[in-house]
Amino acid sequence: MTAISLRTGGRTAARKAPRRIRELPRLIGWSVLGWVVAIAFFLPVLWMIITAFKPESAAETWPPQFTFSPTLSEFSSAFANIGPFLTHSAVATVGSTILVLLLAIPAAYALSVYPVRRWRDGLFFFISTKMLPIVAAIGPLYVIALHTHLLDTIWLLIILYTAMNLPLAIWMIRSFMLEVPNELLEAARLDGAGRIREMGSVILPVVLPGVVSTGLICVIFAWNELFLAINLTTTNASTVPMFLVGGISTEGLFIAHLSAAATIASVPVIVVGWIAQRSLVRGLAMGAIK
Amino acid sequence: MANVKYVSATRVFAKDTPPALDALDLDIHDGEFMVLVGPSGSGKTTALRVLAGLEPMDSGRVEIGDHDVTEVPPKDRDIAMVFQNYALYPQKTVAENMGFALKMHGVPREERDRRVREAARLLELDDQLLSRKPRQLSGGQRQRVAMGRAIVREPKVFLMDEPLSNLDAKLRVQTRSQIAELQRRLGITTVYVTHDQVEAMTMGNRVAVLSDGKLQQCDTPRQLYDNPVNQFVAGFIGSPAMNLRTAPLTDGGVSVAGKVLQLAVPIRNAAATAGLSELVIGMRPEHLHLAEGAGELTGQVVLIEELGADALLHVRLPEGGIPIVARAEGRQPPTPGREVSLHIRPEDVFAFHPETGARLAG
Repeated sequence: MTAISLRTGGRTAARKAPRRIRELPRLIGWSVLGWVVAIAFFLPVLWMIITAFKPESAAETWPPQFTFSPTLSEFSSAFANIGPFLTHSAVATVGSTILVLLLAIPAAYALSVYPVRRWRDGLFFFISTKMLPIVAAIGPLYVIALHTHLLDTIWLLIILYTAMNLPLAIWMIRSFMLEVPNELLEAARLDGAGRIREMGSVILPVVLPGVVSTGLICVIFAWNELFLAINLTTTNASTVPMFLVGGISTEGLFIAHLSAAATIASVPVIVVGWIAQRSLVRGLAMGAIK
Repeated sequence: MANVKYVSATRVFAKDTPPALDALDLDIHDGEFMVLVGPSGSGKTTALRVLAGLEPMDSGRVEIGDHDVTEVPPKDRDIAMVFQNYALYPQKTVAENMGFALKMHGVPREERDRRVREAARLLELDDQLLSRKPRQLSGGQRQRVAMGRAIVREPKVFLMDEPLSNLDAKLRVQTRSQIAELQRRLGITTVYVTHDQVEAMTMGNRVAVLSDGKLQQCDTPRQLYDNPVNQFVAGFIGSPAMNLRTAPLTDGGVSVAGKVLQLAVPIRNAAATAGLSELVIGMRPEHLHLAEGAGELTGQVVLIEELGADALLHVRLPEGGIPIVARAEGRQPPTPGREVSLHIRPEDVFAFHPETGARLAG
C-alpha cells in the first residue's frame, strides 16, 4: 500500500517537473535568438556612436580599438558645417508634413466616412503612385523644376515630399477613420453638427493618436530622403542626408567625421521614431473605444 | 410635443430581398410611450432609423407633429436618440457630451450649463461626474449620460434603440422603471425599440409588434396579451411563452394526446366556416391548473423551474413533442417524473388558423 502510494505520488511530481524542464531549452532558444537579432541590428548603430567620439586616427585602425580617449572634436567640426543643412531639412520636413496632414485628413474623410463616388479607384490611384520607380520620374521632375524656377529651392522639396508622403498618409488616416463607430457619427448628425463640425469636434479627437503617428512617420520619411534632394538641389536647399554623403571622399580619413555627422542626423529620427511607436500603439488600440 | 405618424413607410435594403420595413402604418399619439418590439430582423430598428432620418425610405412618409419630415435632414427633425452602445463622444466630458447639441444650435453658454445641470439632477448624476470622460464612468452612468444628452435638448420626440441591453439584469430592471417614470413626467413622445417583450410590456403605453418588416399588432400591453390577433403575437408576448400546438378537430373541440379538449362555441363555428380539419391551439401557462381528478390533459412532469413565488412545470404529453409549460401555484409543486393532470377552461383556449396564423373568433 505505502509503496504504491509513494510511487504514484512520486510519479506525478516527476511528471510536473519535466514539463518545465522540457520548455526551458525552447525558452532559452528564443531568448538567445531575440538577443542575437537585436544586437545584430543595434551593433552598427553602436559602432557609429562610438566611432563618432574617436579621433580620426583611432577610427580607422584594425582591429578596432575599444580603449581610446573620447573627443568631441569631430562633433564640433560637424556642427560647424551642418547648420544650413539642418535648417533646410527641418523646413522641408515640417513644411511637407503639415501640408500632408492638411490634405490627407479631408481626403481620408472623403474616402471613408462619406465615401465619394468611385472611392475605390481614388484609393488605388493614390497608392499606385508609390509603385512607379522614382528614378523614372526624376528626368521630367528636373525639367519641370527648371522651367518653374523651383530648382534648388526649399519649396521644391516641400512639394515633392508632400507628394511622396501623401498616399501613405491618406491610407493610414483612412484606416483610423474607419474605426470610428458609426453611431458616433449618427449621434453627431442628430445633434446638429455639420460636416466640418463633425470632422473637427467628433472624428478628429477620436483619431488624433493615429493622425499624430502618421505625421511622425511622414517626418521620418522626409528627413531621411536623399534621392530627390541630391538630384534637384545643390546649395540653397541641400539637406542633412546630402551633408552625410558630402562627407565621403575617395581619399583621406573621414570615418570619425562621418560617424559624428550621422549621429547628429539620426538623433531626431530616433526621438521621433520612439514617440511614433508609442502613439502608433495607442492609435492601433483605438478600435477598443466604445 | 408632437405626434408621430408612419404612412406606408417602406425600406428595401437590397434588390430581390423582402423589405426590411414593409408598408408600416402607425400613429403615435402626442406624449405617448410607444414600444416597437420584435425578434431580430423584424424591422423595428429600421423603423426607428427611418424616423430619425438616418435611413432613407424607398416609399411612404413619416410625419412629426403633422409635418412631413421624410426629406428633412436628421438635425432639423427636432428629435433626440439614445443609442444601444450610447455613442458618447469619448474625448468630451460628460457635460460637453450633454451640451453638444445645444452648442450646435447656438444656445448661449449659461443657458447650456443650466440645462445640463438640470438634466443631471433629473437623472441623479452627481455634479462631479460632469467633468469626467465617458471611459471613467460605469455602464449605468454612461447610460444615464446618454439619456441626459437626449433630455437636455427638450426635443419633440425621444428615440431609444435598445438603451438597456448593455446593462446587467438588475440594473436593467431598475433603469426600466426610471425611464418609464421619467417619460411620464416629461410627457415627451417616445419611440422605444427592444427585442425584450417584458421590457415592451412593462414600459409602453402601447406596444407595436413587428415581424418580417410588417406590423402585426399595435395595442396596449393588456390587449396584446389577452387578445393577440395572430399566432405570432400570441407566441411572442408573454413569458413563459404560450403553449402552441397543432391538433385535429373533433366533435366539440380538438383532440390532444388522445383526449378531447373543449373549445368555445365561437371558435368551433369559425373553424367550421373556414372548413378546417385541424387548428393551432394556444394555452397560456397560468391557465393550466393542476387538476385534482381527471383534467383535459395528462402527462409526466419532466422539469420544474422554481421561481420562488410559483413554479413552472414542464409536462410531456403522451403523444410527445415539446413539453407544455404550466404555472403551478403554491409552494408544493409536484416532483419530476410524476404523472399530473391539467385542467383548462374552454374560454381560455386560443385558436389560430393553421396556415395563416390568424386568430379564430375569441
